[in-house]
Amino acid sequence: MRHIISVLMENEPGALSRVVGLFSQRNYNIDSLTVAPTEDQSLSRLTLTTSGDDARIEQITKHLNKIIDVVKLVDLTEGAHIERELMLIKVKAVGAQRAEVKRSVDIFRGSVVDLTANVFTIQLTGTGDKLDAFIAALGDNVVLEVARTGVSGISRGEKTLAL
Amino acid sequence: MDQLSGGEMLIRALHDEGVEIIFGYPGGAVLHIYDAIFHQDKVEHILVRHEQAATHAADGYARSSGKPGVVLVTSGPGATNAVTGIATAYMDSIPMIVISGQVDSKMIGTDGFQETDMVGISRPVVKHSFMVREAQDIPHIVKKAFHIAATGRPGPVVIDIPKDVTDPKVKQPYEYPEDIKLRSYAVPAKGHSGQIKKAVDALLTAKRPMIYSGGGVIQGSGSRQLIELTRKLGFPITNTLMGLGAYPASDEQFLGMLGMHGTYEANMAMHYCDVLLGIGARFDDRVTNSDTSKFCPDATILHVDIDPAAISKTVTADVPIVGSVAPVLEEMIEQIDQSDKKVDKQALEVWWNQIDKWREKDCLKVTPSAEGIIMPQDAVKAVFEITKGEAYVSSDVGQHQMFAAQYYGFDKPRRWINSGGLGTMGFGFPAAMGVQFAYPDAISVCITGEGSFLMNQQEFATCMQYQLPIKIICLNNQALGMVKQWQDMQYGGRHSHSTYAESLPDFSKLAEAYGHVGIKIEKADELYPKLEEAFAFKDKLVFVDVLVDPNEHVYPMAIKGGAMKDMVLSKSERT
Repeated sequence: MRHIISVLMENEPGALSRVVGLFSQRNYNIDSLTVAPTEDQSLSRLTLTTSGDDARIEQITKHLNKIIDVVKLVDLTEGAHIERELMLIKVKAVGAQRAEVKRSVDIFRGSVVDLTANVFTIQLTGTGDKLDAFIAALGDNVVLEVARTGVSGISRGEKTLAL
Repeated sequence: MDQLSGGEMLIRALHDEGVEIIFGYPGGAVLHIYDAIFHQDKVEHILVRHEQAATHAADGYARSSGKPGVVLVTSGPGATNAVTGIATAYMDSIPMIVISGQVDSKMIGTDGFQETDMVGISRPVVKHSFMVREAQDIPHIVKKAFHIAATGRPGPVVIDIPKDVTDPKVKQPYEYPEDIKLRSYAVPAKGHSGQIKKAVDALLTAKRPMIYSGGGVIQGSGSRQLIELTRKLGFPITNTLMGLGAYPASDEQFLGMLGMHGTYEANMAMHYCDVLLGIGARFDDRVTNSDTSKFCPDATILHVDIDPAAISKTVTADVPIVGSVAPVLEEMIEQIDQSDKKVDKQALEVWWNQIDKWREKDCLKVTPSAEGIIMPQDAVKAVFEITKGEAYVSSDVGQHQMFAAQYYGFDKPRRWINSGGLGTMGFGFPAAMGVQFAYPDAISVCITGEGSFLMNQQEFATCMQYQLPIKIICLNNQALGMVKQWQDMQYGGRHSHSTYAESLPDFSKLAEAYGHVGIKIEKADELYPKLEEAFAFKDKLVFVDVLVDPNEHVYPMAIKGGAMKDMVLSKSERT
């Protein structure tokens, strides 16, 4: 099963490599990874998606917790949560295609953030599934380049991942 | 406040941390630190002959004394040579601090002379590591490093120090912190009382109980509590290779070591038990055998460990207890005393009768070879008798290691020093040096094989320099015995690159070349008298080259893919 794990870690050199190293060292897979400092400059928040049965996910969270730089973590998929990913996508848009693509962008509630005579650059946020669906809707011949951030997430309600 | 350079700060901080001895080897990037060592006499530095030996010596020191071992090496090859020793300590959870030099801060990343990314290269085999950026950070980093290395599940910590940080011309105020707080590192102490109660209930309703304890009992100084609990319950107990000595081998309730080369009775009792109490042991594959689905099929598994990640890693625990073994065992004993349940004496008697039947198999009986040929097991037994079981015994890796574990009955913790997890050949000799430095008056024995010994023989020179009276007992079978055994058993006797008899040195002459004593034992009737002669040299290193039966195998041996009850018992018998 797919899990989204958010990790608060010391904002120090080497911390990220310890987390990433753990996954390759123990043969766990990472499907996506996103990391940035938080409002507290001493902490970074790293969110990763991985998959595995319950025993494997338990080992992953235990081993993550053992890393000295890891301060706190949560498996967001254990409870209600919001998941978002941002995608910037460059598509071919010539002639009649331009209106067609624009309609798709509107349906998916994205926005065109840059354009040339032949190309639209579109920004879209949502779950990974939604971004996949958008790419599928555009069709194979149109997509020129895709940049996705990887999944970020936060739990619903009053639960927080903070110190 | 004293004004010190980075190099001086480092050595002062080690002293303030209570370090008396460090093992190291100088080089360009650590010259400032070595100069700081020169100007003081509080921290003794031992010059080894290879950085790997420095780590193993520090490791042997740590395993025997319980205090963290400290290593100082230079950058580049000095650091990479230390990696095997760091990995050895990591696998066996040994507290160790490895200080490595690094090129100047501004040179990092330029592929400078003797530059290597030590923090990166050691990352998978350390508990934590630090790169020092400023000299004034040294006291805090040293304090943190020792705290992390020695608490919780212990392990090695690397401190990488660029040369400019130790510059003798730059002096800064020095103060050693008394305490350290790490917001992201908490040490579990006591176990959860509710979980302990569940475990106690299971133990007191068991019909066929079994206690299985590992290296965690030794690292966590829980031997006294383990003995008390086991005797109170009257249950059978086995120790892992790493846990030998935590429970006295001479005790009636002790079934011997378990696992791949464990005793028949220990492995049978494991397989057929209905409640298994695992304490400070990690259910590793040399214990469980490769297919964990066949492991202890009828047992409720209770698992005490300080590391939550060790629980349910390979075998799912029914009652997990996270905590340091000593306080958990103490609370278990208290709860047993207060419980209205009592041990089922009748069932236990039936169980012991069964175990005694298994014991009758006498699985460690030695089958003599041809007249006059020394059996390796007999050599270990002779060492045990001559040293009255009081020696600190380090070993290398292979057949001799298993023979030492099987035939030297350890009655006390911290006496058996071996690389169990990583299985590092070349570990034994330098580890015996570390033991001798920790206990100058004790008998430090290294039971080794000629293959392993050749991997760190250069330490003969260190032993001469510091006059270490180590006794090296080399069970010389003129081959890589364990490799050869597997080739005999699984590869049709094709000894691919496991023999080299024609090229072995004359070990006693080699020892003599360094100024030590060399003794060769070739016939069975010389074994006792010549070993006694060797141990009579109180102030000298003696290398005893014992020519043993080259065809002997280690038994019992687990059958790959089987359950714990499936063993090869001799060249002609299986369970």
